[in-house]
Amino acid sequence: MARIEIARVSKIYTGGVRAVSDVDIDIADGEFIVLVGPSGCGKSTLLRMVAGLETISEGSVSIGGRRINDVEPAERDIAMVFQNYALYPHMSVYKNLAYGLKNRGTPKAEIDARVAEAARMLELEPYLERKPRALSGGQRQRVAMGRAIVRKPAAFLFDEPLSNLDAKLRVSMRGEIKQLQKRLGTTSIYVTHDQLEAMTLADRLVVLNGGRIEQIGAPLEVYHRPASTFVASFIGSPAMNLLPATVFNGGILIGDQLSGLSANLPNGHVTLGLRAEDLRLVTQGTGMPFTISFIEDLGAQRLLHGLCGGHPLVVAVSPDLDLPANIRLTIAADRLHFFAVDTGKRIEPGPAPVQPAQNGTETAASEAGMTAGF
Amino acid sequence: MKKVFDHLILLFGVFLMIGPIVVAFITSTHEPTEIYSKGLMITWGDHFYDTYHKVLLESGGFTGKVTGLSELRNSFILGIGFAVGKIVLSMLAAYAIVYFRFRMGVIFFWMIFTTLLLPLEVRILPSYAVMTKLGLVDTYTGLIVPLLASATGTFYFRQFFRSVPEELLEAARIDGAGPLKFFIDILVPLSRNMIAAMFIVMFVYGWNQYLWPMLMTTDESFFTLVRGIKQILLVWVGSQIPDYNQAFALAILAMLPPVLIVVIFQSWFIKGLTESDK
Ligand SMILES: Nc1ncnc2c1ncn2[C@@H]1O[C@H](COP(=O)(O)OP(=O)(O)OP(=O)(O)O)[C@@H](O)[C@H]1O
Ligand SMILES: [Mg+2]
Repeated sequence: MARIEIARVSKIYTGGVRAVSDVDIDIADGEFIVLVGPSGCGKSTLLRMVAGLETISEGSVSIGGRRINDVEPAERDIAMVFQNYALYPHMSVYKNLAYGLKNRGTPKAEIDARVAEAARMLELEPYLERKPRALSGGQRQRVAMGRAIVRKPAAFLFDEPLSNLDAKLRVSMRGEIKQLQKRLGTTSIYVTHDQLEAMTLADRLVVLNGGRIEQIGAPLEVYHRPASTFVASFIGSPAMNLLPATVFNGGILIGDQLSGLSANLPNGHVTLGLRAEDLRLVTQGTGMPFTISFIEDLGAQRLLHGLCGGHPLVVAVSPDLDLPANIRLTIAADRLHFFAVDTGKRIEPGPAPVQPAQNGTETAASEAGMTAGF
Repeated sequence: MKKVFDHLILLFGVFLMIGPIVVAFITSTHEPTEIYSKGLMITWGDHFYDTYHKVLLESGGFTGKVTGLSELRNSFILGIGFAVGKIVLSMLAAYAIVYFRFRMGVIFFWMIFTTLLLPLEVRILPSYAVMTKLGLVDTYTGLIVPLLASATGTFYFRQFFRSVPEELLEAARIDGAGPLKFFIDILVPLSRNMIAAMFIVMFVYGWNQYLWPMLMTTDESFFTLVRGIKQILLVWVGSQIPDYNQAFALAILAMLPPVLIVVIFQSWFIKGLTESDK
C-alpha cells in the first residue's frame, strides 16, 4: 500500500522512438488507476517502467516515497499480472504462488499460510497440485492474480490481464478484480485498450495518445467532459459523433444549415460533439431532420446510422421505440461538447444567457426548456 | 488390403535393419575356425556361454589387463562424460547468448555455429599436441574435455531458449529470481525434454568415438569397447585366426547400451526435438 508518483517520465527507445512523453501521474494510496488508449500508445511501456522491466529514460518514479528508478524489479515491492499469465509451466499452482516468497526467504509456515489464504480468496484450493497446463484460461488468470496477491506488494500492475479470455469470463473476472482490489486496498495500475473495462474498473482513468496524457479523471468525468476529440471518440460506445460546425452570433450551423442550437462562443468554426445516447427523437416541432441509412440492433439498444446536415451521425434509441416516418432530433443543451478545430481541445462555452438573446434571433424561440431542437 | 501392403513394407524394413544384427549375434555363438571356414552362420551354435564369458571376464590384450567389463566401463565413462559435459557447456553458452546482452554476442554465436563445419578430424592433431603438452595423454580428462565444446548443442539450446516466452523471465525477475536462479529453477526444468534428446545424441556420439581414444590412449586399461573390437581383429599373425566370434560378441555388446538408452528415452527424445511450445 503506497502512493505512486510518476513525474515527467519519458521513454526513448534505442533508435529514438519516443514511446512515452512527459507523463505526470500522482496516484493516491489504494487508488485504482487505469491506463487506456489505442494500440501502440505506450501504455505497456509506461507500466513496464514502473515495474522495472524497462529503464526510465527521463523523469522519476517513486513508490511509497522511495525513488525507484534504479531499483531492481524484485526490490520495488510491486507485483505484475501479465496478459499471457506467464505462469511457470513446470510448477504446480502451489509452487507458482510460492516461488516469489521462497526467493525472498519467507519461512515455510508463512508461505503455506499466505498461499492458502490467496487460494481461498480466488477459489483455487482444488487446483493447488495441478500444473498450469491442466487449468482453464480463467483459472490460469486467477493463479496469476494469486501470485501477485501472496506477495502483499505495495502495488499491483496489470497489463491487459483479461484480453485472452472470452467475453463472458472477462466481465466476471473484471468484477472479481475490482472487488479484490477494494478488499485489499492495494494501489493498482491497470492497462487496457478496452474502454468499457477502463470505465468499470477505474477510480481514475488516464487516457494516453501517442505517448502523451490526453486526460486524467474519474470515468464519468472523462465521459461527460472529454478534454479533446481524441478522448471523446475513444471513451464511450458508440463513439461520440463529431461534426464540423460554425458558431455565428451565438447560433450553431451544421454544414450550412442553421441547427437551432446555441452556444455562448465567439464566432468561428468548432467541432461539435454529440453522444449517440444523448440524442432524442421528436415527431413534431423544431428538431433537425435526420435520414436513416441503416439500423443496428444490439438488443438493449438500437443504433440508427444516418445523415444529419450531410454529415454521418449515430443515434442510440430504445429498441421498442416506434420509428416515426419523419425523424427529427433534439439534445439537452448541457450535453453539447465543443472542441477547437485545430488542436481538438475542449472549449467551454460561456454561461448561457438567461434572457432571450438581445436581438431576438431565431435561436431563442425553441429554448424554453433544457432541450434545444435542431 | 492397403494395410497388409503397409505392413509388408514395414516388415521388410525391419528385416533389413535387424537381419544383419541377428546374423552377427548367431555367428558369435560359433567357434572361430568354423566361422573362418564357413563364413556367416544362420543357425544357433553352442558356444554362446563360452564366448560371452570369455569376452566379458577373461583378461586379454598385450598386457593382460583388459577385460570386456573394463572396456564397457570405459565406454560408459566416455559416453556419459561426453553427454553430461556437452549438455552443461552448451546450455551455459546458449544461456549467455540468448539472455545476456554483451558486446558481439551475435558474432560469438556465429563463431560457435561455424565450428559445425569443422569436424573433429580437422583439428585432431593440434588437439593431440595440446593434450600431450599438458600431460593429459592416458587420462579420462584428456579423453573427454577436448571434445566437449558442442556447436550443435549450443544451437539447439539457443533455439529452445528463444522460444521460451519473455514474460517468464520478467515474471521471475519480479519474483526475485536472479540470473542463476532463473536458469536453475526455470530454464533447466523447462528444457527437460531437450536435455534428454541431447543426452541420447551425445551419449551415442561419445560411445562410438574411435579415432580420438585411439590417439589419446596407449594404456590398455583405458581402452573402450569399440577399440576392443579392433584389438581382437589385430592378431592376424602367422597362421593364427582372429577370434571372430569374440569380435561379433563384442560388437553386439557394444551396441546394447546405446540401444537401451534410445529405447528408454525415446518418448522424451521425440518430444524434445519436436515440441516447441513453452
Ligand atoms: N523495444 C522497443 N524498441 C523500440 N520501440 C518500441 C519497443 N517496444 C515498444 N516500442 C514502441 O513503443 C510504442 C509503445 O509501445 P507499447 O507496447 O507501450 O504500446 P501499448 O500501448 O502497450 O500497445 P498495445 O495495446 O498494443 O499493447 C509503440 O509504438 C512501439 O512500437
Ligand atoms: Mg501493451
